[in-house]
Amino acid sequence: MDSRYKLFKSKIGNSRKVNNLNHNIMEERKDFLKEERQQEWRSELRKSIKAKERTDIPRVKMLEQDPFERAKNSAEVNQGLTEDMAFKEARRCLDCADPTCISGCPVGINIPKFIKRIESGDILEAAKVLKETNALPAVCGRVCPQEVQCEINCFYVQKLKKDPVAIGFLERFAADYERNSGKMSVPEVLERNGVKVGIIGSGPSGLAVAGDMIKWGYDVTVFEALHEIGGVLKYGIPEFRLPNEVVDVEIDNLRKMGVKFEINFIVGKTATVDDLKADGFEVFFVGSGAGLPNFMNIPGENYTGIFSSNEYLTRVNLMNAADEEYDTPVFSGKKVAVIGGGNTAMDSVRTSKRLGADNSMIIYRRSIEEMPARVEEVHHAQEEGIEFMNLNSPLEYFADDKGRVRSMKLQKMRLGEPDSSGRRRPIPIEGSEYMVDVDTVIVAIGVSPNPLIPSSMPELKMSDWGTIIVNKETMESSIPGVFAGGDIVRGGATVILAMGDGRKAAAGMHEYLKKNVLKK
Amino acid sequence: MNKIVEKELLSNNVVKLVIDAPRIAAKRKAGHFVIVKIDEKGERIPLTIADGDIKKGTITLIIQQVGVTSHKLMMMEAGDTIMDMVGPLGHATEIEKVGTVLCAGGGVGIAPMLPIARAFQEAGNRVICVLAARNKELLILEEEVRMCSDEVIIMTDDGSYGKQGLVTHGMEEVLDREKVNFAVTIGPAIMMKYAALTTKKYNVPTIASLNTIMVDGTGMCGACRVTVDGKTMFVCVDGPEFDAHKIDYDEMIMRLGAYEVEERAAYERFMKKTKV
Repeated sequence: MDSRYKLFKSKIGNSRKVNNLNHNIMEERKDFLKEERQQEWRSELRKSIKAKERTDIPRVKMLEQDPFERAKNSAEVNQGLTEDMAFKEARRCLDCADPTCISGCPVGINIPKFIKRIESGDILEAAKVLKETNALPAVCGRVCPQEVQCEINCFYVQKLKKDPVAIGFLERFAADYERNSGKMSVPEVLERNGVKVGIIGSGPSGLAVAGDMIKWGYDVTVFEALHEIGGVLKYGIPEFRLPNEVVDVEIDNLRKMGVKFEINFIVGKTATVDDLKADGFEVFFVGSGAGLPNFMNIPGENYTGIFSSNEYLTRVNLMNAADEEYDTPVFSGKKVAVIGGGNTAMDSVRTSKRLGADNSMIIYRRSIEEMPARVEEVHHAQEEGIEFMNLNSPLEYFADDKGRVRSMKLQKMRLGEPDSSGRRRPIPIEGSEYMVDVDTVIVAIGVSPNPLIPSSMPELKMSDWGTIIVNKETMESSIPGVFAGGDIVRGGATVILAMGDGRKAAAGMHEYLKKNVLKK
Repeated sequence: MNKIVEKELLSNNVVKLVIDAPRIAAKRKAGHFVIVKIDEKGERIPLTIADGDIKKGTITLIIQQVGVTSHKLMMMEAGDTIMDMVGPLGHATEIEKVGTVLCAGGGVGIAPMLPIARAFQEAGNRVICVLAARNKELLILEEEVRMCSDEVIIMTDDGSYGKQGLVTHGMEEVLDREKVNFAVTIGPAIMMKYAALTTKKYNVPTIASLNTIMVDGTGMCGACRVTVDGKTMFVCVDGPEFDAHKIDYDEMIMRLGAYEVEERAAYERFMKKTKV
């Protein structure tokens, strides 16, 4: 088995933790999925090749840009699968009677169905299947941690001890194929019912809500604080992992379905929820994200040259700071240290390399096995020559007379007993302090929920961590008709978990409106 | 939206723009700011709102030319549109009836001070304003400030108008003479530092309104962080006003200069391009 799955199996074992996420969706859809599986085209396809032949095919390898070349450009690292590769990979899928993969998908994509559409050569149809439950398939195909979701639940991993079907690569393939075909299908929407739905924040959770609500006939408006739609997909995730163009096409698709977008609009500031209610909005979804970067609060952290990952990535991704034609500046450091071990840390450190750093380092207080980043990102970063300084933690920064950071004091760590997250706790080694020269530091140790919306709605019940408390089934907050999801509820998670929340919230909002508004 | 309806040069490097922004005009209060991005390739910069008119649906911004973006703003004319503008952001000034309020404004900082002085006067306070500028030419909004003040003291560095001296001299004149209950200072960081030291001597509670580097202006980036009372605060969501006696001005001045080299290079490129 590929090392990345071994790594994850060692991390989360065989327990299908993620399954619980959408246990309900699975139960409800079981019969429907069974019926679909029994359709003639699928039965025929299953019988067309022996299972043994299918399982003998090795897992496809993603085409990638050469590590040396790509570290100098901002083009996408993963180049996608060719049609032949996708077709061959699709044949590996056994179209199981009990498709355990689906239970690992936070948005409940009908995985075997879309893969079998690819196998039968009907790729546009495969893309349609994706869009039945996922508003952003080309995005998810690129940024989902499939190795801990659908793919780890694949029959190949669970029973055959082999590499799983490359579900993520195939998702991306189908979505890209459709986009490049010029024949983008726009999902069908019900007749407009005139009920106004307000979505606060245009990141992944908000877009997922918009995708479902518009299908059900609502009048959907998404309010965005920044000047671009997409939230973290635009300001956070770099071009080399998720091109903006890909995001824009999916947003445009939502626009074609009838979703309205208002940019430069901060709910709570430009207008309050009460103002919007007076304007006829019946129900709200708060998906304002975790837009408040955490710092370590160690001496010297406010020297110049020390950024939050949010600031660094926003300057480069949203504001195009690396391009001289654009007015926003950014430091192109030569010795760059990124503090943290998540996806954002990987995005930051790889960005710094592309901006011309000679030496880009990851400083993480645990070992590589505990890193929360997607395995593929860690792997790509290693290939690109990123230095991994694991079991290290910064204690203090030092600057020159102008206040620009010049060095940092690190302390070595060792691993102790597992903590509440199940990961081994880092313990400082006394007397192990040493100095490292740096000219740029990016702090990527997580984010806290953005206080703007909650502070404008004092009656909203919040947790001690500043997240909005919701009913886990419906995603409704303490204020009737106000729902929430994504990082403002979770406090910092992934694109796909935010989208899962969005879908759940949309169902909750639909029920709420049926009960309280549509009947009247 | 965001169309410039009126432009007026207040001095050779300070411009006043009245902008059509009905939503922001309806919500803005003294102390609020907006984030502005002029065009496709522009940067996002914070600008404190100097005035607003709910009926006309306009807000007023006063900009001093210091770099590329402010230069571009200076070059815009009535009828032009600012591509992106969002707000009102930050906490509004807490206005109460406290007695006598001393407002110390320096340079272009007089612009954001104006609505605060006006609000304090409307709340029934005695308002004394000390306005400071390098010379007569650079003094802005004198008439407007006089309209909402019980007394105005003008200080110029070269003595070309009002009295010669620094803002702190004018402040001391008032503080020595009468009981002041509250003070507000807005202007260059170095000026606010000394204005705060002055009111501290007299034990007068004082706020300073800060204008730091920002990108999003909504708490997301942390570029605007300042140390207040030993703690890191974000000017955009925690401010822009803080207890003037507890701000680490030296750190703030250092952070304001973060992009000095990059900004100078960008300005040179811009000037070269504009001339061609």
